[in-house]
This record gives sequence, C-alpha cells and structure tokens, in this order.
Amino acid sequence: MSQDALPAVGLDASAGRSSRRDLARRLAITVVPILVSLVIAGCVLLAVGVDPFAYYGFVVQRGLLSGLGLQQTLTRMAPLLFIAAGLIVAFRAGIWNLGGDGQFLLGAVTAAASAPLLVQVLPAWLALPIAFVIAATVAMLWSLLPALLRAYQGVNEIITTLMMSFLGVSLANVLVKLVFLDPSTTVPQTRTLPVPDRLPRLFETTVTSGLVFGVVAIVGVHLMMTRTAFGLKLRTVGANARAAVHAGLDVPVLVSAVFALSAGLIGLGGAIDVVGTQGNVRADWNPAYGLAVIPVVFLARMNGYAAIGFVFLLSVLSIGGESAARRLGVPQTFTLVLVSIVLITLAIAEYLDHRFDRARRV
Amino acid sequence: MDGLLSTSFLAALLFGAVTAAIPLLLAGLGEQMSEKAGVLNIGIEGMMIAGAYLGFVGAYYSESFWLGFLAGAAGGVAVAALMALLCVRIGLNQIVIGIALTLGLEGLTALLHHFQFSRSYPRLPAAAVTPIPLLSDIPVLGPALFRHHLIVYLAVAAVWVMIWVYRRTQLGLNLQAAGDKPAALDVAGIDVVRTRTAAVLFTGAMAGLGGAYLANVGAGLFIPFITNGAGFLGIVLAMLARGRPLWVLAGALIFGGCLSVTTAAQVAGVNIPTDLIQMLPFLAVMAMLVLFGRRASLPAALGIPYERGAR
Repeated sequence: MSQDALPAVGLDASAGRSSRRDLARRLAITVVPILVSLVIAGCVLLAVGVDPFAYYGFVVQRGLLSGLGLQQTLTRMAPLLFIAAGLIVAFRAGIWNLGGDGQFLLGAVTAAASAPLLVQVLPAWLALPIAFVIAATVAMLWSLLPALLRAYQGVNEIITTLMMSFLGVSLANVLVKLVFLDPSTTVPQTRTLPVPDRLPRLFETTVTSGLVFGVVAIVGVHLMMTRTAFGLKLRTVGANARAAVHAGLDVPVLVSAVFALSAGLIGLGGAIDVVGTQGNVRADWNPAYGLAVIPVVFLARMNGYAAIGFVFLLSVLSIGGESAARRLGVPQTFTLVLVSIVLITLAIAEYLDHRFDRARRV
Repeated sequence: MDGLLSTSFLAALLFGAVTAAIPLLLAGLGEQMSEKAGVLNIGIEGMMIAGAYLGFVGAYYSESFWLGFLAGAAGGVAVAALMALLCVRIGLNQIVIGIALTLGLEGLTALLHHFQFSRSYPRLPAAAVTPIPLLSDIPVLGPALFRHHLIVYLAVAAVWVMIWVYRRTQLGLNLQAAGDKPAALDVAGIDVVRTRTAAVLFTGAMAGLGGAYLANVGAGLFIPFITNGAGFLGIVLAMLARGRPLWVLAGALIFGGCLSVTTAAQVAGVNIPTDLIQMLPFLAVMAMLVLFGRRASLPAALGIPYERGAR
C-alpha cells in the first residue's frame, strides 16, 4: 500500500553509493520539513498564548545543553531505539504494525513482574536476560493473532494491531492492579527492582547501558534487512507480495516472522525501560511512545543509522518537553502536534522531490 | 442482584446501547463511503475528535445543540478537506497522513482543552429528547429506543438514505467504480479525484457529527482523547459490512451494547476493575474479525492514489 508517496520505502532504500548532490538533496528534504514544522507548531503555541522561542529554548536547554538533561535524553533513547528497530523491520517488509503501545506496555509489565522475583534466586547477569526473554515472548504472543489473520486470512493488520493495542494497554493495567501488585505498598504498582540489580550505568554518568543494547539492536536490524538473504526476502515481501510468491518464498511464514520480530523488539524496549530506568511499572502508566516513533522512522527513511540520530532528536523533544510542561504549563500533548506536523510536511517534501526529480529526467 | 435485572435497569442498558451506538454508526457509514470510493481513511479518529471538540465548543458558547452538531460536522469536514487535498489530490500515502492527522488532532484538541477548560470542566445541560408518540409508551422498549434526541432518528434514517444512494443513484455507481476500477470511471468521463474528494468530505461530516454527539449528548462535556478508538471501531464496522449500510447499523448496535454493558457494570458497582470491562468492546471486535475477517473484502483500488495513465 505504500506505492507512490514514499518512493524510498522499497528495495532501493539502502543503495549506499549516492553522489554528493544526491546527499545534499536528501539532507534538504529532511531538514526543511523539520524547520517548517517547528515554525507551524510555533504558530500553534503563539495561538494559545505561549512564547514559542521560550518553549523551544527551554526544550534545547533542558533536553540537550544541561548535563543532567542530556543524560536523561540518552537514557530515554534506549526504549525508543528498540521501538524504532521493531518498526523498521515491519515497515520495510510492508507490514503496518501500529500496535506498538500495547506490545511495549506488556513487555514492560512482564519484565517488571519477573525481574524482581528472578533476582532473588538467580544472579543478576542471568536473571535480567531471562526477564528480557519473557517480555519479548509475551509481546510476540500479543502480535500472534494479527499475524495469523494477516498471513493466512488476509485481514488488514492496521486495524487488528490497533485493536490489540487498545486491549494490550488495558490488560497491562489489569495485570499491574490485580496480579503483579506490590503487597508492601499502597501505591498501585509492581514490585520495584532494587537499584543495584538494574542494568549498570555507563561510566560515571546516569545514562543506562540499555542505550548500548538499543544501538546494537537497531544496527543489527539495519544490517539484517540490508545485508542478509533473510532481509532481502522480507523486503521482497514488502515490495511486492505477489512477486514474492512467484519467487518461491513462503510469504505467510515470512509475514509471521516479521510480526514476531517487530513485536519482540518493541516488547524488549519496554523491558529495557523498566529494568534499566523505571524499576517498576505504576498503574495507568502509558508513555505512548509507539505512535510517536513512526515519524522518526519515516524521517530516517527506514535507515537504521539515520534513525539513531532522529531518535536522539525525539528524545531531546520528549525530555525537554516534560520540563517545559512543568515550567511553562504547555501539556505534553503538544509533542503529538509537533510530531504529526513533521509527518505531514515530510510527506509533502517527499512528494515535491519526487515531482522535481521526474521533471528533471523528462 | 435483584436490581440488575429490573425493567428500569434493562431500559437504561438498552438506552445506553443506542447512545453508544450512534457515534459508531455515523463513523461507520462515513468510513464506508470513503472505502467504497477507494480511500482508506485512518484519519477518521482525528476527524471525530475534531468534531467532538468543535461540537462541544459550538454547543457550549451558542447554547444550542444543533449549532454544536453543525460545528462538529464542519470540524470533521475541515480535517477531511486536508486529508482529501493530501491523499486524493496529490496522492500522498493514506496511512501515513491518516496517522498524522489522528495524532495531531488528538494532541491539538487536548492542548486547546487544557488552556480553555481544564480549570472549569464545564458541562452541557442534558439534551432534549423527542419521544415518538405511542411507541415511546411501550414498557422497557419505549424509554430505551424511542426517547432520544432527534438526531438519533436522523442517524438511523441515514442508513436507508445510504442504501438508496448506493443502489439507485448514479453517484452510488460512481463511488463504487472509484474504488473498484478508477481508470474505468475516468474513461467514462467522471472525475475520479472529485468523486473521491466528495466521499472523503462526507466521511468527515459524518465523523465530525458522531464526535459531536459523543461529546455533547453521550458525555455532556469534552475531555481529551474522548473518542478512545471510536473512529477505529467505525473502520472495523465498514470493513466487516462490505459496503452494506444495514450491516453497519447491526454492528454499531452490537458494539454499542458492549459499551453500554461496560458503563452499566461500572454504575452497578460490579466488582471487576474498569480496565477489564473496558476491554469488552475491543474483544468483541477481535472476535468478529477472527470469525468474519476472511470475508471482509475491500475494494480493489483501496489505498492506492489514482494517477491517470499509471499502470
């Protein structure tokens, strides 16, 4: 379904040898939409009576320039990188996994439930990986129904993953409030993982080592999609499923594998966030990262390396936006507005670039 | 447990089912026309929340429910116009733009609500009902089905209007062709872009109206993220109904019933956490998709922008 609007989605997305002029063009159609979006979103801020320069200045100051803020930004990148990796697998294979929020939260909750119990009986180096495996498995299971429906019945996965996401968010809440409740406190939350048992921090900072795992995951996904036969098969399914059938590929199995990989990575993101940073899951906690990462993946044109840079920007916006929400009284929902404007301007930029490109060739 | 099965409770349950079903019905009918014409309108959730916000603002300041509905529909159309411009006219990816519109409007309405109403949370008075003579005196069914706001009857009547449009009019045929074989419609001298644009604008009006009903009549106030997936449920209804308006009505009543049970169980103080009850409508959707999903056939050219001469 992603024919014309995003020409870079297909097999040519990873063509590495681009000329300098081509590079400049790509830079332009990435930077210009971001700038235009900042201006439009600034107008929205003006309309509600907030000084946009104060807001953006605050975001940059708190998310990027202050030492503590930068460390928080880098820590926030860890779960976002996993989500981006999961989305890259799915989108490159032509699967619209929009159920990220449910998969993320279920991964987070199962990790929060299992890790504190596992560290009591096992050493941390063994307990945490087991918690990760459990979280990834649960997230994969949550995508099983949309996967089977899409692979064997041809039911549109956009709707099924969205529905499963609503269900997953509710189920995660039920699990926190009823099943995995910490009996030692009146606050509805899971047992807290003691700080010494969490993922180690990097060097002398507060940055979680989950960041390293996130980078490894997204680079690994990028290499898998661009350099391996398996990746080529997945991209073939994404580019043209019918052609893939004629090429002798087992499309239903490949589609199921895509769902499992995508959901598993996103679930791992939830687990990393809990085991590395949060320590527990509070009731009604839903950061809703899933949909916010989608524009990032498109901005990066499904390229893993580029995605790392854009995840960093989203992270700055997210951390800086949280501070700005407290200081300037602009709710976090403003981030949604900005992200959506980026998506739209980006799509328009791609379209204009495509038009000019064709005009030049003719 | 005696109270749970009393007649007044049953009537309230059915009344709630109809109230919950109307926004879904409007969204489903609207989405059905878009899908028929070949546009997968994921942005409908955004159109609905825009309608809910503007509908509430309109009704609150004008103190008229009808002006509120009008404002809601206008809000939905405004979002739909943007969608039509981007996805139908210049042919951008419908899913990307749909997600963007939904995210953006959820954020924008929450932002505006924060600066406007978050201190006061104003409520509208209860909507005036128009009881249907004679029918509204039937025990249980009367108060449940025939004592609603006038717009409820109009929404149900719209089902038959849609049936007539799809079966009997040239417009219905054009819409169908725009979704199944747009090139054929183009050859016949009908503007595909214009046909699809009209369908998307209609979807916006219906979704906006549904949102306004949800906020003004259903809840009596606007809160951020109030639609909570109602637009997506509308997409499911349109998918499962396969182009038949009556099936949208039936589906809307089933999902509306689930939502009503959800509310009733909470009111009756059934000792189950609300999160578990809130899963019910979505579970019903997944069950329907598992059972009937295979047969949810969609138009051939759905989601593909039309470009003359492209193969």
